[in-house]
Amino acid sequence: MNRIYLDTAATTRVDPEVMKAMEPYFTRDFGNMASLHSAGRDAENAVEKARRLISGKVNGKEHRLVFTSGGTESNNFALKGIAFANMGKGKHIITTRIEHDCVLNSARWLEKQGFEVTYLPVDRQGFVSTDDFADAIRKDTILASVIHANNEIGTIEPIRELGKIAHEKGVLFHTDACQSFTKVPIDLKKDNIDLMTVNSHKIYGPKGVGGLFIRQGMRIDPLLHGGGQEFGYRSGTVNVSGIIGFSKAADMMKENHVEHMAKLRDMLIEGALEIKDSWLNGPSGNLRLANNAHITFKHIEGESLIIHLDLKGIASSTGSACSSKTLEPSHVLTSLGLRPEEAHGSVRFSVGRDNTKEEIEYTIGALRESVETLRKISPLR
Amino acid sequence: MAMQYSRKVMEHFKSPKNMGEMKNPDAVGMVGNQRCGDVMKIYLMVGKKDGKDIIKDIKFQTYGCVSAIATTSVTTEMVKGKTLDEAYKLTRDDVAGKLGGLPPIKMHCSNLASEALQDAIDNYRKKTANNKNNEGE
Ligand SMILES: Cc1ncc(COP(=O)(O)O)c(C=O)c1O
Ligand code: FES
Repeated sequence: MNRIYLDTAATTRVDPEVMKAMEPYFTRDFGNMASLHSAGRDAENAVEKARRLISGKVNGKEHRLVFTSGGTESNNFALKGIAFANMGKGKHIITTRIEHDCVLNSARWLEKQGFEVTYLPVDRQGFVSTDDFADAIRKDTILASVIHANNEIGTIEPIRELGKIAHEKGVLFHTDACQSFTKVPIDLKKDNIDLMTVNSHKIYGPKGVGGLFIRQGMRIDPLLHGGGQEFGYRSGTVNVSGIIGFSKAADMMKENHVEHMAKLRDMLIEGALEIKDSWLNGPSGNLRLANNAHITFKHIEGESLIIHLDLKGIASSTGSACSSKTLEPSHVLTSLGLRPEEAHGSVRFSVGRDNTKEEIEYTIGALRESVETLRKISPLR
Repeated sequence: MAMQYSRKVMEHFKSPKNMGEMKNPDAVGMVGNQRCGDVMKIYLMVGKKDGKDIIKDIKFQTYGCVSAIATTSVTTEMVKGKTLDEAYKLTRDDVAGKLGGLPPIKMHCSNLASEALQDAIDNYRKKTANNKNNEGE
């Protein structure tokens, strides 16, 4: 059976060229960046080149890119590092209800340490209101963290405006760009971003590597203390091969890949919405992430649909309560105002640059069949 | 979260037994799942064998996860031809056992199938009791 992978928002395969770029750093140039000998220097040069390349993608001249173990660590680092470095200034943090769990759970943990957190609501399409954002800022607000493009519903937040408002009121602005990096243009300077999280495994790079952009001269406490690697911000022997893979992956993502994905996305959305009693979650067009299609089908449950499609070789994902560890529907979907039974029948398809039109056509047909079958099993009408 | 289902669960999910609506059922049972909001419906046709009420035919409809669909399917298979008393005693462990086990987090779905069945049997008994009472008038 042909496998059709439509879950690139979860993770991607490692591109063979990325593998090739990484290889020498496992076997030949395996040196420790901190060593004095030439193997160490070679590794260091390669990492610095990677740092410049990735920074160049987002106009990061005023920022320092600190490599980490991925999006989760970078988000933890941003929230906790800023919170603890700025405790003297204030104890209030702003974020949203539709963040990735690693931001939400960092914020909740900070609440236990005595910080106060405002979780901003979003509208039916998942947008944060700039008015709500401005109103939430208090005298003691130190940091605002807003996801750039949402991982479930693909909504792209107005970070430039939000960052501007934050800066006018002297608040640091962080954004989690794990989903958007290389898919949505980002300019750290113009977009008013002080801190930004990126990672590698959503863009055909290896898992377990990512970074946090930090505006130069800013105070932030490290999460990991030790040998002082990464300018003292992130101790631990540097993951040279991973970083090389990350930069190769970033280098390989091109404008035409994004256009290709957006085309397939729109084709999939159009085909899926022809199935009756269905709707799109999140916005359509330019304010939607190029790879994300998120659809609700009434009267069926997401896990059943995912497994049904899996039996037909299609990999997708759902925010249904039945598929979560807690048996709660996805917090993102309920934040949109979807009732639990509406969140239930939701599926996320996230296309990739390798997918073809034929695969999307097959998927639409399979989806139609599966929805029909499961609706026959369902007592709801 | 990757869900590890047994081969048996997947078989029932792929081709559910006794699935669909019943035209003129003798009784219907329905339960909703408090935890995740799923719904199961069981239709019964009751017959007589050796003077006892038995399940002559049974159909189900389920709105829920893989495990919910598989447990209702296997439940209907297990109780078809059984007396109402026997069917009533079916537990979630019987059902899960027959399926070769369920992931722990999915055990709650297997309650539903037996509860929907018990609800249908209760409704049948209420109905027949009423009919008997009415006969005297
Ligand atoms: C928006 C977002 N933030 C953070 C993460 C976590 O990143 P990682 O898996 O690299 O820890 C992910 C995906 O996994 C994500 O989609
Ligand atoms: S019906 Fe929701 S988890 Fe099984």
